[in-house]
Amino acid sequence: MATTTITKTEKLVGKAMRRQEDPRLITGSATYVDDIQMPGMLHACILRSPHGAANIKSVDIAAALAHPGVAAVYVGKDTEKVGPVPCGASLPGLRVPHHYVLAIDRVYFIGHPVAVVVATDKYIARDAVDLIEVEYETLQAVTDPEKAIGPGAPPVHPEWPDNVAFNYHQEGGDVDTAFAQAEVVVKQRITSQRLIPSSMETRGVVADYNTGDKALTIWSSTQIPHLMRTLVAQMLGAPEHKVRVVTPEVGGGFGSKLNVYAEEALMGFVAMKLGQPVKWIESRRENCMCTIHGRGHVDYFEVAAKKDGTILGIKLKLIQDLGAYHQLLTPAIPTLSVLMMPGLYRCQNVRADIVGAFTNAVPTDAYRGAGRPEATHGIERMVDILAAELKMDPAEIRLKNFIHNDEFPYATGTGLSYDSGNYAAPLHKAMDLIDYHNLREEQRQARSQGRLMGIGLSTYGEICAFGPSPATPAGGWESATVKIEPSGMVTVMTGSSPHGQGEETTFAQITADELGVGIDDVIVLHGDTAIVQYGIGTFGSRGTAVGGTAVYFALQELKKKIKKYGAMLLESEEVSFSDGVCVDHKTGKSVTLAEIAGASHRAMKLPPGTQPGMVETYFWEPPNFAFPFGAHAVVTEVNRETGDIEIKRYVAVDDCGNIINPLIVAGQVHGGVVQGLGQALWEQAVYDDNGQLITGEFMDYAIPRASMIPWIETEHTVTPSPVNPLGVKGVGEAGTIGCSPAVVNSVVDALSTLGVRHIDMPMTPEKIWNLMEGARA
Amino acid sequence: MQTTIHVTINGKKRSDTVEPRLLLIHYLRETVGLTGPHIGCETSICGACTVNVDGKAIKSCAMFAVQANGCDVLTIEGLARDGKLDPMQQAFWNEHGLQCGFCTPGMIMTAKQILERNPHPTEAEIRDGLGGNLCRCTGYQHIVNAVKAVAAGKGA
Ligand code: FES
Ligand code: FES
Repeated sequence: MATTTITKTEKLVGKAMRRQEDPRLITGSATYVDDIQMPGMLHACILRSPHGAANIKSVDIAAALAHPGVAAVYVGKDTEKVGPVPCGASLPGLRVPHHYVLAIDRVYFIGHPVAVVVATDKYIARDAVDLIEVEYETLQAVTDPEKAIGPGAPPVHPEWPDNVAFNYHQEGGDVDTAFAQAEVVVKQRITSQRLIPSSMETRGVVADYNTGDKALTIWSSTQIPHLMRTLVAQMLGAPEHKVRVVTPEVGGGFGSKLNVYAEEALMGFVAMKLGQPVKWIESRRENCMCTIHGRGHVDYFEVAAKKDGTILGIKLKLIQDLGAYHQLLTPAIPTLSVLMMPGLYRCQNVRADIVGAFTNAVPTDAYRGAGRPEATHGIERMVDILAAELKMDPAEIRLKNFIHNDEFPYATGTGLSYDSGNYAAPLHKAMDLIDYHNLREEQRQARSQGRLMGIGLSTYGEICAFGPSPATPAGGWESATVKIEPSGMVTVMTGSSPHGQGEETTFAQITADELGVGIDDVIVLHGDTAIVQYGIGTFGSRGTAVGGTAVYFALQELKKKIKKYGAMLLESEEVSFSDGVCVDHKTGKSVTLAEIAGASHRAMKLPPGTQPGMVETYFWEPPNFAFPFGAHAVVTEVNRETGDIEIKRYVAVDDCGNIINPLIVAGQVHGGVVQGLGQALWEQAVYDDNGQLITGEFMDYAIPRASMIPWIETEHTVTPSPVNPLGVKGVGEAGTIGCSPAVVNSVVDALSTLGVRHIDMPMTPEKIWNLMEGARA
Repeated sequence: MQTTIHVTINGKKRSDTVEPRLLLIHYLRETVGLTGPHIGCETSICGACTVNVDGKAIKSCAMFAVQANGCDVLTIEGLARDGKLDPMQQAFWNEHGLQCGFCTPGMIMTAKQILERNPHPTEAEIRDGLGGNLCRCTGYQHIVNAVKAVAAGKGA
């Protein structure tokens, strides 16, 4: 029988280890939802609205039903009792439209599902969708959130003609006095454009109903299997314990799969109706149209300051483009922006007003950073604008306003408690790496030659490790079970549900260290509600900080049990456990973990008050968020003739607390930065005035390619979080949050000699060229 | 209407009867059961479906199965020999060239082709060569490192 490999003393936490999950992924043997084949499996294809707003006059499915190979066609009336698609967020006075899984008599955005065809083959299903005749009466659509809440806009939902879903106000300190005492006030309208998250694997669902057991299994590409199980059971009126959700391999999410969509319930409905398994795989076009978008802000910022650069107060009027419905967290996302709006600065006087605007567009929701990139982009742009106004150096004004090291935990004017920080450290490090002071000299020379060179900084903070349950709609804890099999092999089950973050490796590193076993002696299971205890999921940079901590605490409980069995086996009063062995230091006798695990399962004798077996489950409730921070520095040069922006250097210094695996952290930063670059330079979800999505394919939606991006230089400072015993803070969203303001600050700096003060994203060559032409004129 | 095709896939000959409109990617994934190559767009942009046909890396969503009649097709599943990974697979693993892994089979097939055409590419040439393959997770840097490692003979 295989037993744990030799006990070891080498610590794995902190080591750059290659990943445990990779062998299946690099050999093509991983199983994603679309890889699942079942006997008798049917294929679904969804007919979607080609209009941004229209009344449905009639739907004729006769030809589709008659098409050979078609098993069923369902329209809105058939599924009226399914759902509604849930919104988990609540705000005072929030207007929540009833979100049917299929449109009943009106469509509200392009891609709105109207009917579903189920057939023996996906080609046939697609053919039959084309045979459905829908008569629409088109209505005027509105997709611009400012226009939507302005006078004369067509109502998205006729029952709420002002298109306002909610108003939200938050205030801290004394804003009016701050602005009255200000020596300078700067104002700017700043947008964070709608983005399409674009995970490379689109969404997909397989549903299978066992008519004997009356049990439904749903395989879905999701970040939240347990929440999905609870919510889909509700949507279908099915008993929750007879619903199983499995997330096989998930090909990226970035927040877009932190949701429960119409299709999961719809496929459950179909499988239950037909008693046959059914598969639906989202096309890329559907993914662009119907999976949530991110951002969608129009922000009006005002910052009050003293002449020496001291920030006194911040005001924000935020218009959030919500789309036509609330998906799981839609209305909550802009409230995160408000929490984060003072950034890293010692400013207590803050006032924010949010207007949530309905538009004829797919809902916005959490996308990498979810509210924090918008806030950081805003404050970091405003600080640069203030510096320019006061003719101060952007680094100097930041250093002047940072919260001091001795002020942590720091209570912000928005009600947060920043856990720990040393904000000047990453800024100094980034400036050293990029050679800031010489660069300014280089810039003077470049300018004298007529070249447009820019240097941009951003210093960001973020709310991570979501989060204390009272501050999180569905609970913010995470769970872990650790069991030692009779052979001594270790199985970890995490309620967190990774999809690329490498938790099978980092959680195994933590476990291997605590138990003194090899990393290959540990397996980490996740993403199956029939196997894993209830959990919350992977999002909000919470995987390691909350899920990893739950594993850590389960291991501490397990070690107590190990020691009890060790003491019994060694007939000793007191034993220690380390490096995989229990030792009685008086006698020098020892017993291995495998021997202890075996004895606990055979249970010939039990330590007093102890159960047989070797398993512990821990549900960890975090007492606070964790707050990572960092500084990014970017050198750009703008081509005067073409408007092209070249990124000459990119330096990212992040402080995410202690690091479990530097290789994985670097990968998270790279990926995050490149999504930030995408927003800063190229990406934008564009709707026309009729509500047609112009960027509905990868042909038109510009996600970055390898050749478009620079080498990213990464470095770290380490300020452990006191919130969890691992001292980790979270890193999944950091790169994205730090990136966009640094890049825009750099390009604005490059063009400042032309009188440019602000540029909205994406900074396409066309936009830059027009700006330069305008400046020339 | 059905057509019979004869294809060698990962060294094994087989014959199948297919609809003429069946895309090669669907043939490989559903008829043959090789689910390593993925579908990210079906419009020949993302490269997730990249396989090698008669020595050339191609996007199998942009080709019909009938067009592969008589061809030699190599997919990600055919790279490792006797349990030993191809140097490019090994390099992706060592260099952390993947996160969610969805783009990875296509990336590896393209990365191999880059070096087949140009054994010692510059970084810019590597990035250009990866231009037809999108990755939303990694930011590409570790993928570039993996290709560099194999070019430097460090893939094993
Ligand atoms: S699926 Fe073939 S290129 Fe995207
Ligand atoms: S690793 Fe996820 S898309 Fe490349």
